[in-house]
Amino acid sequence: MIDNRPSRRIIAHATLLVGVFIVAFPIYYTFVASTHSLQTILRPPLPLIPGDRFLENYATALFGGIGQIGGVSVGRLLWNSTVVAVLIAVGKILISIISAYAVVFFRFPLRMTFFWLIFITLMLPVEVRILPTYKVMVDFGLIDTYAGLTLPLMASATATLLFRQFFMTIPGELLEAARVDGAGPWRFFWDILLPLSKTNIAALFVIQFIYGWTQYLWPLLVTNRNDMGTIVIALRKMISFADADTQWHLVMVTCILAILPPILVVVFMQRWFVRGLVETEK
Amino acid sequence: MTPRAIFPNKFLPYLLLAPQLAITAIFFYWPASQALYQSMLREDPFGLSTQFVGLANFRHVLNDPNYLHSFQVTIVFSVATALLAMVPALFLAVMADKVVRGRGIYRTLLIWPYAIAPAIAGMLWLFLFNPSIGSIAVMLRSLGVYWDPLLNGPQAVILVVAAAAWKQISYNFLFFVAGLQAIPKSLVEAAAIDGAGETKRFWTIIFPLLAPTTFFLLVINTVYAFFDTFGIIHAVTGGGPGKATETLVYKVYNDGFVNLLLGESAAQSVILMVIVVALTAVQFRYVERRVHYG
Repeated sequence: MIDNRPSRRIIAHATLLVGVFIVAFPIYYTFVASTHSLQTILRPPLPLIPGDRFLENYATALFGGIGQIGGVSVGRLLWNSTVVAVLIAVGKILISIISAYAVVFFRFPLRMTFFWLIFITLMLPVEVRILPTYKVMVDFGLIDTYAGLTLPLMASATATLLFRQFFMTIPGELLEAARVDGAGPWRFFWDILLPLSKTNIAALFVIQFIYGWTQYLWPLLVTNRNDMGTIVIALRKMISFADADTQWHLVMVTCILAILPPILVVVFMQRWFVRGLVETEK
Repeated sequence: MTPRAIFPNKFLPYLLLAPQLAITAIFFYWPASQALYQSMLREDPFGLSTQFVGLANFRHVLNDPNYLHSFQVTIVFSVATALLAMVPALFLAVMADKVVRGRGIYRTLLIWPYAIAPAIAGMLWLFLFNPSIGSIAVMLRSLGVYWDPLLNGPQAVILVVAAAAWKQISYNFLFFVAGLQAIPKSLVEAAAIDGAGETKRFWTIIFPLLAPTTFFLLVINTVYAFFDTFGIIHAVTGGGPGKATETLVYKVYNDGFVNLLLGESAAQSVILMVIVVALTAVQFRYVERRVHYG
């Protein structure tokens, strides 16, 4: 070990604390704002400690209904975001795991062509094809539907690549043994491959849940009705700095409610998430 | 690769690939080809007549001072965001590598912003810095700084870059920590025995060995600054004031959906596609190298 003098460690701790402060402060301050009255917020600077309106503000936001976002309740928006994030995560994992399975464990004409067709989609993010994709959504009648919000985001080259890489590390003997024992492709998939992929699936789930929850451009385009919006989009609609009527204390509550679920997912599933993140992106 | 054991089914694999291929074809290839096609058409705003104009849209876009301006904005914005997101993250990761106790707690406290949508990150910062109710803005003004990111272009850029970088620090931190852990401790210790001080060890051993991670993150952060920051810009500045924060992606959106310049928006999409292909190619060259040396 080198340089284990206490002074060095104190410097390291101090730096990290400054880092944590910078990272956490905007979030903490928003929380503080969400516990104060509108009048306090409108007279900056805001106190650094939470106020006494916690219960009142959160109850109003959750059960009082907020007029600014077209009369849609925060509960409905949180539900929409959850549905979208879960559908994207589960859908992505499902379709990529079976396509990776096909590419690795079968031999068939055009196999590599298909693989490359999937692979190249890495280079076509939504931003480079927004107008025509929007037109497809209109033609299929998918505007303002959960299918429209999630389907186009489900095809994922990264998830397919990850599963493919992982499947290729599975020894061929395992498959041969399974076949000798009379297992067909489905049996092998369910009883051997899926249990082995558990960690990868958990990691991908966290990453894709966050991805789905934080989408912006796509939900902005494919939703017109307020009751189909995600909470991120609704929040954007609530905020108007020019408008004196903005209910800032309720905006802050909504902000906290919008960032809480993904933060909880990341913090509590940290172990899988960190491993998965570093591995997926390699 | 040695030929591996497989299942003999002929039809099943197509069935397994079908869902992904269907989604890819409908939502990726078809729209992308439409973008290519549309980029060579000129359509009147009512959609009554279309005319094939070849590369005229590209010529027009590439000669448009507004487009060149947003190119500039994007480059400044990407470089600033990547630097501001990576340097502090590296610094924090080096510090976290030294700490023995509490490393897990620091990590937990530092990864929050990863989970926050870019648009919301922008709103959190705007809440602190907006001229009418932002607490920090009020403090800046009392210190005599004229601060109004909603009217002052450079300040708007600073605010958007700060929010974008802030959100990305946790991601970079995680990768730098993983990169640092992969560096053999014996190398660092050998250098210490030879009398290399801490700074020297960092620049001559740790930093060069981290190069693959750094380069990878550089690509990822550039892509992030290009695309994912749309939400921040849309939520915080709306491309303004003036066109100070109008990046390429924001302009594609604005020209296509707000100004309804379909042909030009499509041509911009195609140019963006070329940029993404280039960035991806760079990334894969690097991946290949890493396989060789890693």
